[in-house]
Amino acid sequence: MFKKALSSPHIHQPPYSTQGMMFRVILALLPAAAAYAWLFGWGVIINILLAVGVALVCEAAMLTLRSRPLLPTITDGSAILTALLLVFALPPLAPWWLTTIGVAFAIIVAKHLYGGLGFNPFNPAMIGYVVLLVSFPRELTLWSLPAQLAEHTLDFRATLNYIFSGTLPTNLTIDALTSATPLDVMKTQLGLGQTTSGIMAAQPVFGFMGGKGWVWINLLLLAGGLWMIYRRIINWHIPVSLLGSLLAISSLFFLLDPEHSPSPLFHLFSGAAILGAFFIATDPVTAATSNTGRLWYGAGIGILIYVIRSWGGFPDGVAFAVLLMNMAAPTIDHYTKPRVFGHGDKDA
Amino acid sequence: MSDHQYADITRSGLWSNNVALVQILGLCPLLAVTNTTINGLGLGIATTLVLVASSLIVSLIRNIVRTEIRLPAFVMIIASLVTAIELAMNAWFHELFNILGIFIPLIVTNCAILGRAESFAVKNPPLPSVIDALAMGVGFMAVLIVLGAMREAIGSGTLFADAHLMFGDWASILTVTLIDDYRGFLLAILPPGAFIGLGLLIALKNYFEARSEKRRKSERIAQPAATAAHS
Repeated sequence: MFKKALSSPHIHQPPYSTQGMMFRVILALLPAAAAYAWLFGWGVIINILLAVGVALVCEAAMLTLRSRPLLPTITDGSAILTALLLVFALPPLAPWWLTTIGVAFAIIVAKHLYGGLGFNPFNPAMIGYVVLLVSFPRELTLWSLPAQLAEHTLDFRATLNYIFSGTLPTNLTIDALTSATPLDVMKTQLGLGQTTSGIMAAQPVFGFMGGKGWVWINLLLLAGGLWMIYRRIINWHIPVSLLGSLLAISSLFFLLDPEHSPSPLFHLFSGAAILGAFFIATDPVTAATSNTGRLWYGAGIGILIYVIRSWGGFPDGVAFAVLLMNMAAPTIDHYTKPRVFGHGDKDA
Repeated sequence: MSDHQYADITRSGLWSNNVALVQILGLCPLLAVTNTTINGLGLGIATTLVLVASSLIVSLIRNIVRTEIRLPAFVMIIASLVTAIELAMNAWFHELFNILGIFIPLIVTNCAILGRAESFAVKNPPLPSVIDALAMGVGFMAVLIVLGAMREAIGSGTLFADAHLMFGDWASILTVTLIDDYRGFLLAILPPGAFIGLGLLIALKNYFEARSEKRRKSERIAQPAATAAHS
């Protein structure tokens, strides 16, 4: 399937099969997933199992309805990867129906109604997330606290109970377990007229670079992403241009007005920028395909992330930025067609 | 015109040439107001009334108006009718009028209405024109109601909410709450829900169409002699 999604000219064969590529991406995500579960509790693991289960069931159902061969597609790992990426975007204590709706929408509508893997114009995981963000804004703000800050932690049974029935142990309320995310706190406090240094000092959720806990997950994602570039699973163009443009525009505003603009490091390590740069924007189906195109595509996402975070209505903008640039990818491809060897003027 | 042709006109308006599902006309009001069943019904009735009256008038004056100025004349007729409907709704269904808001005056720009005037009423006598307009209007209204019901059921878990705005106070009993304590699936009520819902309805219609086509084909293969005689 993946071979169809690549466009010509091919000089090399793609180094990996679809399956080999998907499972290597999943492998690169696992350390960060483990850290996420370590810091935020059992909910992450339950969410991953639930999401992967729902994704496989939806994939099998849609393949059957479309009378497509079941085994080659269901074992290619793409549905598992979609589910895993979506779990990274969801709160650790997301109720079961939230995860289920998001994954089902991603697989059924965003992937199979458009023709399956290789034909979907939008990143399925991000569509699933945006549907949830637009439909259930309240549920998505209930992030549990990272382990260093939490006064109460839920054991496995209590977490399972909360995710599936919404009931907590009698002495706890959901407010004691959750708080706003670093990006959310930053946005709200800046809106109240606070300065960035004051916010970083006063709010317990911030560590030395960004949010406590979030930094570790992001560093592991960065490591996984660099490993993928080293193994040639992804090209360097999209991550570099995405993070580069985000770094450039946030540095510009930070230098102009450091009291009201969060630092570039905060932008890189507190939200989903790293996840987006290495794991989401690099989806070969929905990204631009030529190398020049990839640079433009990544730069567009980086700038849109900053614009949405700073002046938009949501604390983080990675999902919207990726979807907007997905929409622009065919146009970018049109204007950045590589010159065919032996044709056209080199100087023109 | 024979009864046979009237049946064809009706079938075309309701199904095979449906304004919303096949011609994909009038999308602006279709997508904007169908967040509840009653809104869809209200706009459907208003559009159908304008469509029938405009087709009748256009058909009556079709031999008097010169072709060069026919479009401004049609638009003026439609605009006067919409103004009348707007005033009437403002008087008798004031709350519903407030909810539908700008989309009542915007019926003027619904290309389905000018489309029927231009492609049917101007070439046909009054009776077929009225039947055509009625079938097209009812076909459009049916889609508005189904889409409204879908979005309302998924989005807020009710059916026929605000029915009293349309039928008076007794109609409050019509409101059905499908799921108690429903959190609401906002996407269905927001504009993307309208696009997705309409897409699904079109897909469903095409599916039925393809299935009946297949059945017809297999019947034709089974009875080749009988079909040959008909055609």
